[in-house]
Amino acid sequence: MRWLLTAVAVIFLGAFLLLPLGIVFGTAFQKGLSFYVASLREPDALAAIRLTLLAAGIAVPLNLVFGVAAAWLIGKFEFIGKSVLITLIDLPFSVSPVVSGLVYVLLFGMQGLLGPWLMAHNIRIMFAAPGIVLATIFVTFPFVARELLPMIQAQGNDEEEAALTLGAGGWQTFFRVTLPNVKWALLYGVILCNARAMGEFGAVSVVSGHIRGLTNTMPLHIEVLYNDYQIVAAFAVASLLALLALLTLVVKSIVEWNARRQLAQQAAASEEPTR
Amino acid sequence: MSISVRNIRKNFGRFTALDDVSLEIPAGQLVALLGPSGSGKTTLLRIIAGLEFPDCGAVQFDGTDITDRTARERRVGFVFQHYALFRHMTVFENIAFGLRVRPREFRPSKEYVRAKVNELLRLIQLQNQANRYPSQLSGGQRQRVALARALAVEPGVLLLDEPFGSLDAKVRLELRRWLRQLHDEVHITSVFVTHDQDEALEVSDRVAVMNEGRIEQVGTPDEVYNQPATPFVYNFLGNVNLFHGRVDHDRTYIHEAPTGDLVFVRPHLLDIARHPGPPNSFRATTRHINAAGPLVKIEAVTDWGAPVHVEMSQERFRTLRLATGEIVFISPKEAAVFQKNGAA
Repeated sequence: MRWLLTAVAVIFLGAFLLLPLGIVFGTAFQKGLSFYVASLREPDALAAIRLTLLAAGIAVPLNLVFGVAAAWLIGKFEFIGKSVLITLIDLPFSVSPVVSGLVYVLLFGMQGLLGPWLMAHNIRIMFAAPGIVLATIFVTFPFVARELLPMIQAQGNDEEEAALTLGAGGWQTFFRVTLPNVKWALLYGVILCNARAMGEFGAVSVVSGHIRGLTNTMPLHIEVLYNDYQIVAAFAVASLLALLALLTLVVKSIVEWNARRQLAQQAAASEEPTR
Repeated sequence: MSISVRNIRKNFGRFTALDDVSLEIPAGQLVALLGPSGSGKTTLLRIIAGLEFPDCGAVQFDGTDITDRTARERRVGFVFQHYALFRHMTVFENIAFGLRVRPREFRPSKEYVRAKVNELLRLIQLQNQANRYPSQLSGGQRQRVALARALAVEPGVLLLDEPFGSLDAKVRLELRRWLRQLHDEVHITSVFVTHDQDEALEVSDRVAVMNEGRIEQVGTPDEVYNQPATPFVYNFLGNVNLFHGRVDHDRTYIHEAPTGDLVFVRPHLLDIARHPGPPNSFRATTRHINAAGPLVKIEAVTDWGAPVHVEMSQERFRTLRLATGEIVFISPKEAAVFQKNGAA
């Protein structure tokens, strides 16, 4: 029975996870290493990589600051409207990315609410880098806050109050006491946030306008290549995203291993040896 | 530093935690706030520390009003019930924390910090544990580190919230004697919260007994134990039998009916005899005898069905040769009588 279950699990994992991953890398290198490198160095591909890095480079730090602030606020203080704030943070999870993209079109697009004003002041948001960055920020903003919140709530206020009575200021308490206690959860939140920021397709697709070499991110560039029957080139770019996914998995395992060790330590500690 | 608490009120929603509380703590004393859970003792301690702010009333240190100052500005040492040690720092770093977070112009040199921490490690007898993490220490060791951390900033007052609450009985006893000794050496004004009467009576110079957000009595351990001001204090400090009765010609008579005054008698102040003795003795039947320990504890039931607890010496027990189910006559040697409205 045990063998059967194990076999089912292995076959399932192989068919749905490992096989596709293998095919991505297999296809990417089908025409050799030089073609692979050439596909990545092609100007449109380089532009897509650059834009993806730009979007993630802006969205991740912003959501890091926002997520830490929100988790700290919700975890440590009581205030009216707290549950509303929690629901709002979850909103990007519950709304389809395409819909969130459309919201930006309705807001900043030519026929949109702010469109005419933006036109008059010669500010381009739709079908340009700012729109892509905005959509990426929106889609990825729950990750850090969601990872941190349970951790911060579980830790209570004791250590912060102790720091306060010892004369530490707000920032000192935050950087020396609160942050070190949640650093693994924070790192994991940032990694998830980054993976999503680089891999986001739906919302970005709506606001991008698919202008090659200008407003295509990596996922969009892959789609364009694929539709042009440049299968190998598409998979070469896709392999970069797959690598990112693998890296995320590795870091996630390390983070979880560390968190488990910390928990085990705390559990051992709470058993209260007598002396 | 002396502490003065004036007419403090504090509500949490509709719950009244403190109801017009005033307390004077002279410099250098070790004072216990004693009361059952929910009596407001921890809230009072946190208000003195500046971790909680009163709805009205004032807190003074050495006659200076500090009600509006934050915990950071008050220079208090606070020891938390569950230690609240910084779990990612070593013992050394924990103790040094208060010195290292000072503004640059007041921050002591590295050498001073090291010397100070080592001095405190000697004081708490943990010199060899400086590089350990809190999770590697026992409960008693952690509590001592928490105390050293609070003392490192040389606070004007030391506040301890149930300092021995989460330790087992033996370590508790050792640690509270050690705390008393430490206080005699350092002489810092100290307030500690406890629900354990033995702890309060043994360690403190004075005890403030709290109940339902009010202070019932403040006095030396001897005063609150032997001259309780209210029925609550009598009841809370030590075991007690509660009867109805009256006093007539220096004798306390116990009534069956709930009339007259409230009579409190401690178990060791009840006399048991096999025959009717003084005119105020009453009949009872022994139900259970526990002869383990320095005192023999006897549970009996009066003719009208009220339970009575009596304690006597092993010697007296041996001469009486009591067994369970016997008819005995019990008379109070000494009692505290309160009128029904609660006044003594």
